[in-house]
Amino acid sequence: MSTAVEVSRLRKAFGDRAVLDGLDLTIGRGEFVALLGASGSGKTTLLRILGALDGADAGEVLVPRVRTVVFQEPRLVPSKRVLANVTVALPRGQAERGRRALAEVGLEHHATAWPATLSGGEAQRVALARALVREPELLLLDEPFAALDALTRLRMQDLVGELCRAHRPAVLLVTHDVDEAVRLADRVCVLREGRLVTDETVAVARPRDPGDAAFAALRRRLLADLGVRTAAHTTENGASA
Amino acid sequence: MTATSELLGTAGKPAKDTGTLVTPRPAVRRPRPRGWTLTVRALGPLALLLLWWAASATGLLTPDVLASPADVVRAVGELWGNGQLPDALATSLTRSATGLLIGLTTGLTLGVVTGFTRLGDELLDSSLQTLRTIPFLSLVPLFMVWFGINEIAKILLIAVATTFPMYVSTSSGVRNTDPKLVEAMRSFGMSRLAIVRQVVLPGALPSLLAGLRLSMTLSVIALIAAEEINATAGIGYLMAQAQSYARTDILAVCILVYGLFGLCADAVVRLLERVLMPWRRAGR
Repeated sequence: MSTAVEVSRLRKAFGDRAVLDGLDLTIGRGEFVALLGASGSGKTTLLRILGALDGADAGEVLVPRVRTVVFQEPRLVPSKRVLANVTVALPRGQAERGRRALAEVGLEHHATAWPATLSGGEAQRVALARALVREPELLLLDEPFAALDALTRLRMQDLVGELCRAHRPAVLLVTHDVDEAVRLADRVCVLREGRLVTDETVAVARPRDPGDAAFAALRRRLLADLGVRTAAHTTENGASA
Repeated sequence: MTATSELLGTAGKPAKDTGTLVTPRPAVRRPRPRGWTLTVRALGPLALLLLWWAASATGLLTPDVLASPADVVRAVGELWGNGQLPDALATSLTRSATGLLIGLTTGLTLGVVTGFTRLGDELLDSSLQTLRTIPFLSLVPLFMVWFGINEIAKILLIAVATTFPMYVSTSSGVRNTDPKLVEAMRSFGMSRLAIVRQVVLPGALPSLLAGLRLSMTLSVIALIAAEEINATAGIGYLMAQAQSYARTDILAVCILVYGLFGLCADAVVRLLERVLMPWRRAGR
């Protein structure tokens, strides 16, 4: 498998505090990597560096040329209709491609709607279509499900998993939701104190069921890495909800 | 003990008595007959007109102070008939429209440059804020020295007067653009020019229209200033002539024309708000 992302000895500091300190990460082409971390651990910072939204202080970063981001909020332009939002910054005459991308996320009938009329889940699906229509080699997902309700989130997770299997971009999913990471990813990493303390291939068979013993064991290990004690099941659920 | 349990028992019993309950009644916007809004809107001006007419008819308002509505209507007929009013209107409207167009373009460009680029802000903003505080009327003598009594001086005066409100509104509107949206668009590879055109300007439209409103008002004020002082045509010239012959009816006509300019300007901006921002109504 050739490489899509190559990060070595990456360092990024805000003031005196180094949020990323000597981080190494490799993502293969078509590989789905989930990055877990407590809030403030620098996982979004890493994603923003890969997406060229922020600069690094030291270290080497190599990414493919075509990368797209799905942010935590949809970030749709309110003055553009849905289809125009999907084909934003594409050359003219790409409406058909945009329509196909909308159909993939199940919103082909909303092409002429204004973003203000969409629900949170629909808006985030438009953001996903906007990211996929560019056929990225690297798809960066920055907690894209965090603002959604539990039911919509599950449906969105299935949709993202399906579309990623169909298009095979390299994916970096930043999340604090352990269940979500295990459900979707080929590999899960945990970021703590500026570096990856865990980097593990998910061996649970698909379709992944949270009731599965292997699933539960992995979840417990990951939560321990995140500093959550998992003696009681309630703590587990509380942390991953 | 028994008393307490009895009390609890009655309190716990489900209340069958619905006497205290009410049906929720949301405030309903009653549909209005067509033309109702227009009639209500016209009431205020009509009352004023009636008051004016009554004051003139009872002799409270003598013609040397202000002509009666009937005289004014006659004056309109006279001025329209001999072609003076259409000529004056055409001249004045051309002047204020040309000046306004130049002023709006300049204000918009400068506002976008200072609002969107840091270099533009550092380079231009302080000098523009200084220039903004100069009363544009103080430029009239200077413009007369520079350009003499011709159209350029008048149009430039209007342009200068209308530039600054547009500039201030535009730069504040552009500054208020959601930085997250701009960042997202940049991450999808949109060029800076395209971001300004497709994201920043539509987002700043409410401010732009507020600036347009202010600039339109100022363009009429600057028009009067320019025409009162040195003109051989236009509404201001008509007024200067009427003043020397003490024709209060023509003066009233001219003042009403200025008022109508303001009303039309307001209508234009309202229309633009509806036409230019369809996404604002969509969310509600």
